[in-house]
Parts: sequence; structure tokens; C-alpha cells
Amino acid sequence: MAKNGNPANQDNNCPARANKGNRGMTDYTKYLTTQVSLGRMNRREFMGRAAAFGITLAVAGTMFETAARAQEPKRGGHLKLGLEGASATDSKDPAKNLSQFMFVTSRTWGDMLVETEPLTGQPIPALAESWEPSADAATWNFKIRKGVTFHDGKELTVDDVVKTLQRHTDEKSESGALGVMKSIKEIKADGDHLILVLTEGNADLPLLLTDYHLVIQPNGGFDDPDAMIGTGPYKVTSFEAGVRATFERNQDDWRTDRGYVDSVELIAMNDTTARIAALSSGQLHYINRVDPKTVDLLKRAPNVDILSTSGRGHYVFIMHCNTAPFDNNDVRLALKYAMDRETMLQKILGGYGKVGNDFPINETYALFSDDIEQRVYDPDKAAFHYKKSGHSGSILLRTSDVAFPGAVDAAVLYQESCKKAGINIEVKREPGDGYWANVWNAQPFSTSYWGGRATQDQMYSTAYLSNADWNDTRFFRPDFDKLLLEARSELDDAKRKEMYRTMAMMVRDEGGLILPMFNDFVNACTKQVKGYVHDIGNDMSNGYVATRVWLDS
Amino acid sequence: MSDLGPARGPEPMAKPAADEVPQPAGAAGPTAPTQADLPSQDGPLAFFAGARRRNPLMSLILQRLALSVALLFAVSLMIFGGVEALPGDFATTYLGQSATPQAVANIRKELGLDQPAPTRYFQWLGGALQGDFGTSWASRNSVSEQIGKRLGNSLFLAFFAAAISIPLAVGLGMLAVQFRDRFPDKIINVVSLAAISLPEFFVGYLLILFFAVNMGVATFPATVYDTMTIGQRLSAIALPTATLVLVVLAHMMRMTRAAILNVMSSAYVETAELKGLSGLRIIARHAAPNAVAPVINVIALNLAYLVVGVVVVEVVFVYPGMGQYMVDAVTVRDMPVVQACGLIFAAFYILLNMFADILAIVANPRLRHPR
Repeated sequence: MAKNGNPANQDNNCPARANKGNRGMTDYTKYLTTQVSLGRMNRREFMGRAAAFGITLAVAGTMFETAARAQEPKRGGHLKLGLEGASATDSKDPAKNLSQFMFVTSRTWGDMLVETEPLTGQPIPALAESWEPSADAATWNFKIRKGVTFHDGKELTVDDVVKTLQRHTDEKSESGALGVMKSIKEIKADGDHLILVLTEGNADLPLLLTDYHLVIQPNGGFDDPDAMIGTGPYKVTSFEAGVRATFERNQDDWRTDRGYVDSVELIAMNDTTARIAALSSGQLHYINRVDPKTVDLLKRAPNVDILSTSGRGHYVFIMHCNTAPFDNNDVRLALKYAMDRETMLQKILGGYGKVGNDFPINETYALFSDDIEQRVYDPDKAAFHYKKSGHSGSILLRTSDVAFPGAVDAAVLYQESCKKAGINIEVKREPGDGYWANVWNAQPFSTSYWGGRATQDQMYSTAYLSNADWNDTRFFRPDFDKLLLEARSELDDAKRKEMYRTMAMMVRDEGGLILPMFNDFVNACTKQVKGYVHDIGNDMSNGYVATRVWLDS
Repeated sequence: MSDLGPARGPEPMAKPAADEVPQPAGAAGPTAPTQADLPSQDGPLAFFAGARRRNPLMSLILQRLALSVALLFAVSLMIFGGVEALPGDFATTYLGQSATPQAVANIRKELGLDQPAPTRYFQWLGGALQGDFGTSWASRNSVSEQIGKRLGNSLFLAFFAAAISIPLAVGLGMLAVQFRDRFPDKIINVVSLAAISLPEFFVGYLLILFFAVNMGVATFPATVYDTMTIGQRLSAIALPTATLVLVVLAHMMRMTRAAILNVMSSAYVETAELKGLSGLRIIARHAAPNAVAPVINVIALNLAYLVVGVVVVEVVFVYPGMGQYMVDAVTVRDMPVVQACGLIFAAFYILLNMFADILAIVANPRLRHPR
């Protein structure tokens, strides 16, 4: 994978399959049943909370039974996953993990300080037992869990944690987490606590520590970054880059609510047809990246379940706001109104996604405002703005197959919908090789994709702040920047939500982003696989798929 | 070569180009007597010229080997130039969209990518001449070690594909000649042509569909790894081997058929027929040895393909061979790996072609004893 997809996904399905029918449940009751399924809530607590939420006892009782019955994970068995995205060039060092394959690999053998709650996206304890911010959210105190041992038998200490974070932040770091870590000014130990001092207050810091690069390693990985020794539920027994990785269960795991199968095998399978054939012939239990074009065929296989999880990743058409003709907001608005989002969603994603609204946030993010009007395809409005801009002649759109799956088709579809508004788009297909270096973030109008980020703040800081490295729409708005920084240290959620709404409107109405759709992550498993958690954090159950599922005999 | 007598003529044959192998034909049987010769007494000539006189075949091999080294140099230079010409360097392509200027600068500095291209090439060359192919930029593992494993896998697959396809192709070719223009010949032709006409990935998918998905008898994916027993390995490569056999069979079979048919029209075959020998005996004993040169060339080309050209089959069957390894490396411009793979592929091509030429000469007395 050429791009650091950090795609987030979300699905309101309860992980318990038995609850799949309960689509009418509110998010909160889904959350409760999930807690039961995950073994984090007993009957009394569940009934109490459900009653407080206004659910009658009888209904709540049934819900508990269903969730609990689906729970009862079975232990044992050998789990085989066929994953796209591996390459012979993959590095074993978690700091340099880029591919989907390595993402799952490091989640399987390692732990971060903090994890996210699968359905709400809230930070929950992992190797950090608890945490406390200072009043200005600029100094954070993390209590590090005791009694955790690494796979090599050494006990986890605060020093290992400090060293790990240092390795990802020092000047020579090639870590993929460098971007999220650069706001950390000082890392130090205080007894069994970790103290982090930030350059400015950030209420979302624990979420930043869930980044999959930040696996805690013995001595921070300074001795041997490639050792693949961690504290996770599985020990690596063999690894061959671009081919295969095998794991055996860590008998001394500090958690009991994960790691149900005895051994795990990840097989690198970059060919879509090969993955589908291997799954439907029962040689694998789980595959990722099911092509929306063939998903209906795969559905017909009697022993296969499709796992579709909607999320935060999105496909984009990006214009540079500082380059003619896109420096004229009427041109940008015309091009936004000329986007036929519904058709795009059906044709390019086969319906596996949600329409976008020209700002990079959707309802899966905390503090999302759902009252922003959905922009729809309107050739008349597009023509009106286009005429008003005074621009004439064709507009060059650069695209490539690597921009997102179906990007070239999407560009041609867009050309058609623009034609109805009297806008002439010229589509130029660029070579996939070097697309990210030479076209994306370099040419004024191109196609691309974005994975999600943990928070609204992180998404906007990554690509919409004036001085962001990846400001791929050349969106230079001092008032936007100011609002973003204010929101970051704002502790009042209501105020913060209002700020994010204002920012969303700025990007939507004045930015250079055309966002036709958020893509679902479509994976598949055999019916033998149980307990799959549709995690809003990222694709493949936030990378934890191997540690969360179990095999029904 | 031990059976070769020294050559008589003062001028040994010129090195034949790899692609212009003479068609054997005519009355000279393969059993033409080898003439003994006196060692030449020309005095203190240069060693090489002497070697050419005494043993033209050996001198040919030496010449070819020297040329191969020069060719490998040229290949390494072309690979380097080619990768340099691709847009983006290792740092930007490896990090892709997630590249930050600082991370790119860090990687460039660590790998020395900030130095000019000629400097980098000669640094690499210096290491390679000492047998050190360096470490992969991406995974930081030793290139030789990784290639050893991958090359072993590729050769394992190629060996079994060749071991099945070559005897099968030659045998079917002879059968086709024996029954030429009759039913078995037509069947052999149609089936093998159909197999070669289908793209290899499609043949692969068909085999997967029938044997893995529908019937469930074959092992798929064909991933092989260290802890496998030989039996498991053989079972894993069954489908890819079958695919490769189908793909290369027709080419070799048709060449065998055409070459033997060419010889069959000659007078000595007629004599053999008049002597009352059986058809298959004439083909196998008298016609085939004279038809061997073009067949060997086609076999060599197909062997080279089996080693270096099967990346599509590797991807379809999820087989960890050299092809996929090199493609992965090119994708991120991992120069040490690309160079090492490229040189190994080039060396295979050169060596196989050389063997084909040598065998063609050995098989033909007129080339063995040129005048």
C-alpha cells in the first residue's frame, strides 16, 4: 500500500451476531450489549443501565440473554487470515509499519498504552491503567500497568514506555507516528507513572497514543526494533516479509478477554481473486479488501459472511484554492454542485459507503453536528456559479488507479455529470508510479483518498491547517487555523462542538475539497468465525481481528 | 565434452549467435566418425589462441563467460539507470502519501540518497564486486539471505514444471509426428494450442476453481515456508506446476514436431523406412537426434521463462518466488534488491542460452568439427 491509509470504520452492529436483527436499537443500547458481549458488564449492571435508559425490564432481560449467549467465546483452533497489502519490503519495526498486513501483525503481538472503545471511539485503558490531565491539558500523567511481562519474560517497566515514545519522537525517527507525536515536548518517568508534557494543551492526547505504530517494546525497541517482542496476546513464531506470519497464543497474557484461538496464521495474498477463492473453498477463515464489484458474487457462497463496516475513510477530488481557476470560490462551488454523489456511491462503491458533504468528518466522529445540510447534485446551481465565475474552457482533472479503487471510472463519471452543468472536464490518467509524489499534493486538481483520524482535531490538523504538510487543497485560512487551535484546548464540549461546526461549514462552502463518498470497509469471513467486532477505530476490527474472534466448531 | 576429439582445422568455428542455430539436415548422421588429430605445433602462440585450436568448445565457453561478465555489468548499469529514471526515489515512494519532509530527509540521509547518482552506483558496484549485495533499504535485511530463500522457491517450482513439461513435450511431439495429420496429432495440437492461447492467470484461476473450490482436492494458497515437509511442499505446488506445464508445453511440443518433420523428409530416413524399421524407432533413434538443436533452444527459452517470468503465476497462487520479490522492490525503488534480482535473472538467461548453444554444437558433428 503506497499510502498511509489509517482508515477508520464504524458500524453500529453489535458484535454479537445474534443481535444483527436489532437494527432499531439506539447507539446506547448497542453499546451496552457490546459491553456484555465483550464480558465487561454483568447482568445487574446491564439491567440497571438499561432501565435508566428507559428500557423495560423484560426487553432488557431478553437483550442481555441474546448478547450473553452470543458471547461465550470458544477457545482453541488455528485461525487463518488472507490479507491484501503485504510486500517483501515490509519492515518488522512497528515504527515503519505501513501496510494493512503489518498493521494487523503489530496489533496481534503488541499493545499500545491506550485503546479505543470499539463502538464509541472513547479512549480505554490498555498498558496505561489510568490517566489524568493537568487543568490546561498540557501535562498528562499516565499510570502504567504492573505485572505485565513481555514475550521474552522481562517485566514491563515505565522505562520501556518512555524509551518507546522517545524512539518515535527523536530527530532521527522514521516513525509513521512522527506526525502525531510532534506535539509532545517532554517524556519522563515518575515512579510507575509516565509524564508527558505537550507544547500546547490537547484534550485528545490519549487517543493519539492509540496509533498502531506506538507498540510498547522492551527498552523502547532501541536494542532490536525488529524483534517483534511485545506484550500482546500472541507471540510471533515466524515471519517472512510479503509471505506469511505465524503466531502462538501468549500463555501469560495480562488480559483474558482476547486471544481465543490457539494459533494465528496471516498469509499475504495481494490477488483479489485468490483471496476470494481461498475463502470460499474454506482454506481461510477471513479475508480483507473484498472488491465492491464482486461482493455480490461472494455473497452467494453458502459458507461466507460479508463484513461491511462503514467508517471514516473517504475518496476525494481536491482543488488547490490558491491556483487559477480554483482560486475563485464560484468555480469551486460549481464543481461541488456538479458532483453526483448518489450515482458515484452506487457505481464506484456498489453502495458500500455513505455520501459525503464536502468536509472530511462524518457521524462516526465525536462532536459531529448532524444538522449540516446535505449537498446534492444540482446542475442548475453548478451552471449558475460557473457562469458567475466567468471561467471558460476545459478544466484538467488528473487521476490514477492508485488514487482510490475505481478512481479513473469515478473521474469519467464526474466528467459526465459536469457536462450536464455545461462544465467541460478533461480527464488525464496519470501513471500510478509516482502518483503520490508528483500529482497528489502537487497538481491543482486531482483525485485522492484519506483514511480517517482518531479525532476531528487530528483530521483537520493533518490536511486543513495552513501549515500542514499535507494541506492538499492549499486551504490557507488564518481564521480557520485560529479556531482549530482554540477548539483543541477547549474543555467545554458544547462550545467545542459549535467550533467544529463552524470549521466544517468553512471547508464545505469555501474549501477546495469535493468529497463524494465515505467508503465502507468490506471484509469477509467464513461462518465458522464468531465474535467479529465492527470497530469504529479502523479497518479489520481496528487491526485486532485476530485477537478478538473465535472459531465455532 | 570428454568425448570430443581435438579439432583439425586451423580456424575453429566462429561463435554462433544465440539465435541463429543452424538447422540440421541432410545425410550426415549423428554417428559420423570422429577423426583423431595431431596436436598442432605452431609454437608460442598466445594461450587463448592455443586454447581455441586445441579445444574450440572450451574456448567458446570461455569467450561466452567473459562476455557474460561484461553483459552483467551493462545490465546492472541499465537497471540502475532505469530505476533512477522512474519518478520518485525510495524515500518518497516508500512513505507514499504519508511522507513528511522530515521523514523523507531522514531516510535519504541514512541511505545516502542525497549523494549524486554515479557515486551511489559505484558504491553499490564496489560492494557487489566483493560479493556484498548490501541490505534491503526497506526491510533492512540482507539481500543475499532473502534472495537465497526466494530463489530456492522459484527453482523448486521451475524444476518440477520443467521435469514434467520437457519429457511430455518431446514425447507428445514425437507422437504427433508418428500420427501426423491424423486424429491423435490433431488432438495434441488443438489442446496444446488452446492451453497456450489462454493467459496464464486464467489457466491458474480455472485450475483453482475446479480443483480447489469445487472439488476441494488441491492445496490453495500455494504458500510455502521453511517448516513444511517435502510432501506438503509438493502438494502446495501442484496447481502452479500444472499451470506452468500447460503454458510452456505447446511451444516446445510444436517445435519438436516441426523439427522432426523437417528431418523426416530426408533421404536417410527413407532408407531407414525401406530397411523396415518401425515408425517410432526411426523417429526416436534417427530423426530426433538431428532435430535436437532447435528443440534445445526452445527448451532453454522456456526454462528461462520458468525461472524469471512467472510473476503472474506467483501472484495468482500466492507463491513466494523471485518475481514477486523483485516487483515489490521496484515498486518502492529498493535499489539493492532490484539490482540483485536483475543480475540473477540476467545471469540465468545468459547461462541457459549458452548451454543451449553448447548442446546444439555437441549434438551436431558439423558444428563440432567446422572447416
